[in-house]
Amino acid sequence: MSREAGEGRQGSTEYSAACIDHFTAPRNVGAVDAPDGSGSDANPSCGDRTTITLRVREGRVVEARFRTFGCTAAIASASALTELAGGQTVADAQRLSPSDVLRVLGGLPPRKEACALMAVGALRAALLDAKVKA
Amino acid sequence: MKRVYLDHAATTPVDPEVAEAMSRVLTQTHGNPSSVYAEGRSARALVDQARAEVAQALGADESEIVFTSGGTEADNLALRGTFVARKADGDGIVTTAIEHHAVLDTAHDLAERHRARLTVLPVDAHGRVTAADVERVLDERTVLVSVMHGNNEIGTLQPIAEIGLVCRSRAISFHTDAVQTVGAVPFDVATIPVDLVSVNAHKFYGPKGVGALYIRKGTRIATVQTGGGQERGRRTGTENVAGIVGLGVAMRLAQDRRGTESRRQAALRDRIVQGVRTRIPDAILTGHPTERLPNNASFCFPGTQGEALVVSLDLAGFAGSSGSACTSGNTEPSHVIIALGLDRATAQGSLRLTVGRETTEADVDALLEALPPIVARLRSISAVPA
Repeated sequence: MSREAGEGRQGSTEYSAACIDHFTAPRNVGAVDAPDGSGSDANPSCGDRTTITLRVREGRVVEARFRTFGCTAAIASASALTELAGGQTVADAQRLSPSDVLRVLGGLPPRKEACALMAVGALRAALLDAKVKA
Repeated sequence: MKRVYLDHAATTPVDPEVAEAMSRVLTQTHGNPSSVYAEGRSARALVDQARAEVAQALGADESEIVFTSGGTEADNLALRGTFVARKADGDGIVTTAIEHHAVLDTAHDLAERHRARLTVLPVDAHGRVTAADVERVLDERTVLVSVMHGNNEIGTLQPIAEIGLVCRSRAISFHTDAVQTVGAVPFDVATIPVDLVSVNAHKFYGPKGVGALYIRKGTRIATVQTGGGQERGRRTGTENVAGIVGLGVAMRLAQDRRGTESRRQAALRDRIVQGVRTRIPDAILTGHPTERLPNNASFCFPGTQGEALVVSLDLAGFAGSSGSACTSGNTEPSHVIIALGLDRATAQGSLRLTVGRETTEADVDALLEALPPIVARLRSISAVPA
């Protein structure tokens, strides 16, 4: 927390239009019914958490949904990542990285990149869970 | 889109009368107040007049006012200056868990690098400490107590007059950071037994970068920076003449308008609190229900995160703030909200709305329309039931 503005206010202007779009109209919010895989990741220092649930058919992610308790970047990252993962093979989905999320979002403010990492962590955990259950 | 600014605790717009007075100084007075010739003397006269205005508003003597670069410097001078000057008396410093970082981090620095014995008092669920709480931790080696008057995040007012009495009876220096209260609530050093008071111009419609420290006559304090000896040696450096003039005018205006303006703002604050409670029943009002700054309405909304609230409000045309800065991957939730005893997840959803002179009822009503769907939307994403 910085001083006085320790009271921390970040204008939306620090986010790209793509990021604001994913924040205000997030894709794939919610949870898949009876998911084939489910995984979470949290940022223990700020308390943000994302959970991703998946439906997998014949080695392909056919549905990916998320729930996020967190900041603008955390929500936008999870939205972008679930959009990227939908329709991919499990192998390709496993290779999705924070830089793929940043590309969709047109970048994140420098110190917000951990938020993209959290979304990827949740997806990888969900894919692993699906693999174990399969 | 019309913007509605509800972050007056962060800073206030400069009053046009203040800006005009400052502009006159910048264009017409270039002298150094320390110079003996006419140009210097006219600059000195302006600084003296501002000092008189600040002293008058606080019930102080002009010789007790030291101009600084703002609240942070005033806090630093109060803590570091007292600690150094009273070294022979002892090494104990007492403060509270909800101080501004300008006090809290300075106190921790004195403890870590200069071997001060630091006691940080917890606060109750409303953010209050009592004089008895303070008295309990004092000992014969305590030299300084620093308790803020009005909290910048949650608005809670501390019983500083009672705490000051306890300190005075033991000859302990008592400092209060009154950055949020001067201009908003009556503050008279003739009736409040306080030795050091931090003031900041931009919190009451003055310019940024200028403030003052009131130092009661007879209070021992050492200088923190060395140089040409301005401000009777207590804060050396050529005076920020235009800023000081702005501070003086802003202080006078705040004093003149305080009665009616504080009542008006308190009514707007209560309209926010009542409106939020009606529309978002599980909202938690943070801070004291009655003993709070007239312009501060602050809440926690479980299931939401503060930065997402602030960005959503910004997109809807409102400026508010959150204690959860979240500008980096490792941001802690607000130390103030945590000190109230709220759990970390709840503390994440803090929102502070502070009204000001230009805020209208229509602004508040617009906010009350905009806020509930924002909270509901963020909750639907995080899946915490409303």
